[in-house]
Amino acid sequence: MAQYIIKRLLLLPFLLFIFSIIAFILIQAPPGDFVTSYIAELAASGSAVDQAQIDALREQYGLDQPMTVQYFKWMGNILQGDLGVSLDWKKPNNELIRERFALTLALGVFTFLITWSIAIPIGIYSATHQYSFLDYFFTVFNYFGVATPTFMTALVVMYLAFKYFGISVTGLFSPEYVDAPWSWDKFVDLLSHLWLPALILALDGTARLARVMRANLLDELKKPYMEMARAKGMSEWRLVMKYPVRLAFNPLVSTIGWYLPLLFSGSLIVATVLNLPTIGPLLLRALIVQDMFLAGAIILIYMFLAVIGTMISDILLAWLDPRIRMEGS
Amino acid sequence: MNNQQPLLSVRNLKTYFSLDEGQVKAVDGVSFDVNPGQVVGIVGESGCGKSVTIKSILRIIQKPGKIVDGQILFRHNGDSMLDLTQLNAQSEQMRQIRGAEIALIPQEPMAAFSPVHTIGNQIEEAILLHQPVSKQQARKIAIERLREVGVPSPERRIDSYSWELSGGLRQRAMIAMALSCNPKLLIADEPTTAIDVTTQAQVLNLLRDLQAQHDAAIIFITHDLGVIAQIADFVVVMYLGRVMETGPVDDIFHNPQHPYTKALLKSIPTVTSESGSRLPTIEGAIPHPFNRPAGCPFYPRCIEMMPGTCNTSTPSLQPVTDTQSASCFLYHKQTDDE
Repeated sequence: MAQYIIKRLLLLPFLLFIFSIIAFILIQAPPGDFVTSYIAELAASGSAVDQAQIDALREQYGLDQPMTVQYFKWMGNILQGDLGVSLDWKKPNNELIRERFALTLALGVFTFLITWSIAIPIGIYSATHQYSFLDYFFTVFNYFGVATPTFMTALVVMYLAFKYFGISVTGLFSPEYVDAPWSWDKFVDLLSHLWLPALILALDGTARLARVMRANLLDELKKPYMEMARAKGMSEWRLVMKYPVRLAFNPLVSTIGWYLPLLFSGSLIVATVLNLPTIGPLLLRALIVQDMFLAGAIILIYMFLAVIGTMISDILLAWLDPRIRMEGS
Repeated sequence: MNNQQPLLSVRNLKTYFSLDEGQVKAVDGVSFDVNPGQVVGIVGESGCGKSVTIKSILRIIQKPGKIVDGQILFRHNGDSMLDLTQLNAQSEQMRQIRGAEIALIPQEPMAAFSPVHTIGNQIEEAILLHQPVSKQQARKIAIERLREVGVPSPERRIDSYSWELSGGLRQRAMIAMALSCNPKLLIADEPTTAIDVTTQAQVLNLLRDLQAQHDAAIIFITHDLGVIAQIADFVVVMYLGRVMETGPVDDIFHNPQHPYTKALLKSIPTVTSESGSRLPTIEGAIPHPFNRPAGCPFYPRCIEMMPGTCNTSTPSLQPVTDTQSASCFLYHKQTDDE
């Protein structure tokens, strides 16, 4: 097991190196650069910029240097923990991202917990009571959940909350806490706002996860070890929980890997609709104005999360399934 | 204990499966007795209802299957006979009988063990379910049982997963699990089909030895008449959910009464048969379960079929010699029709 984990860890720097190149190419891919869109913005507001000023800006940001030089400068700083400066916000990226990272993580973890704690029991019930009334009910509910875009749900909830309760459900804090320093009251305020966007985001994931759990479990329920466990005199409930549920989990665990980056990137539209101060809208804005170092930093973080997530999945799977553990060592 | 009284008496058992396409009478009026310490072999082709019969006895028939009629009398606690069909399949009492008094040795040990739990975990679980012992004691018992069935270095093997063991060892581990609570009746569902012939002989010898030591009765299911000849004392021949013939193993092999038994025995290859000659087979095919013939289920393939009798009414199982019974109008006129 230890050997297996070390093997995976050794791969990590290599993967991150490749991903950093891809991230860099991606942020360089759109035509023009930050200065181009900056000029366009200035021109649109009526002020003119002369060529000397443009060149000065380019030089200031190092945009006149060859790509490879730019990449190594960028990576060099990142390895020292410096994600660069946002051209748009005129602030260090570290600061911009740190603020939102914690909130995004809180939202993501909350969403994850809600998703699993609702979906798994529904999946188990549906599979063990296949074709019962509640199974059909959950099936309809799940299709509804999968088919409805989350931003749509968000809009509907916003409308209903405003129309019938007169409250605004956007943001993650009450106005008086937005700029306040962290305190217990601010934390409580966060929790009172967090559950709704988390629930909206969880709706989609819950529906999918419940379907997958039901299908996995139905496969396992037909296996001969079920009959053997019954013949041993185990009660139905205990044996279902011990054997098939355990086995049905394995494929789900391997999805946790891609769930981690999805927590950050997947909530983009909902976060925009609900005006949540998370990373998604920050990336969107950075991409629009070609704030390349900020966008690059965020994309790199996403990629890092994807790699970490996959590793966590692999380790969990090896821990859960002895067959994979043996193969690895 | 009275050894004349059977340990298990299955009487007119009917287990039907209600499907959208119609009703499948998987077991349709099966009767046989198992005496204490006796090895009863149930033999028949695939789909004849052997497996459904034993699952009915264990009360682990799953929907849409249902026991619709008959009795399964089991000698429980001394001399009182308990009708298992009257118990709730999930009841505490039935679960205490399953595994503790009637244990199953399944067909495919590979699939019957969970791949993510060690065999020790699963054997100990069977012990803990039925015996008031601690986890450590259960582990000790499990190791003892593994040693008893001939698993080498059981202290180490107990922490193995089923897929780490060879086919023979896996089946031995299964037998150890079945024996873990000293059952009075072992049900072996084609336990030797998944393993090669040399290991097969070892497993059969082991079962024979253990049966003698533990004084347990065995119901042994197989489609292999050779295996039946090796292990069984008494034979039940089944066809399409019905018992065709019963009798002691020697009489069944040397003096078969029912045309189906005769045909089955003819289709065994022997060392004395002329090489290159075709193996005799039973003409025709097993009818589709939705399309069972009226009357005797075997009549379409029977060479001694009597038109007007065999295809109109169903013969009941009646004694035809001192030791054998058969369901055939060649010997009697008793029918099972209402």
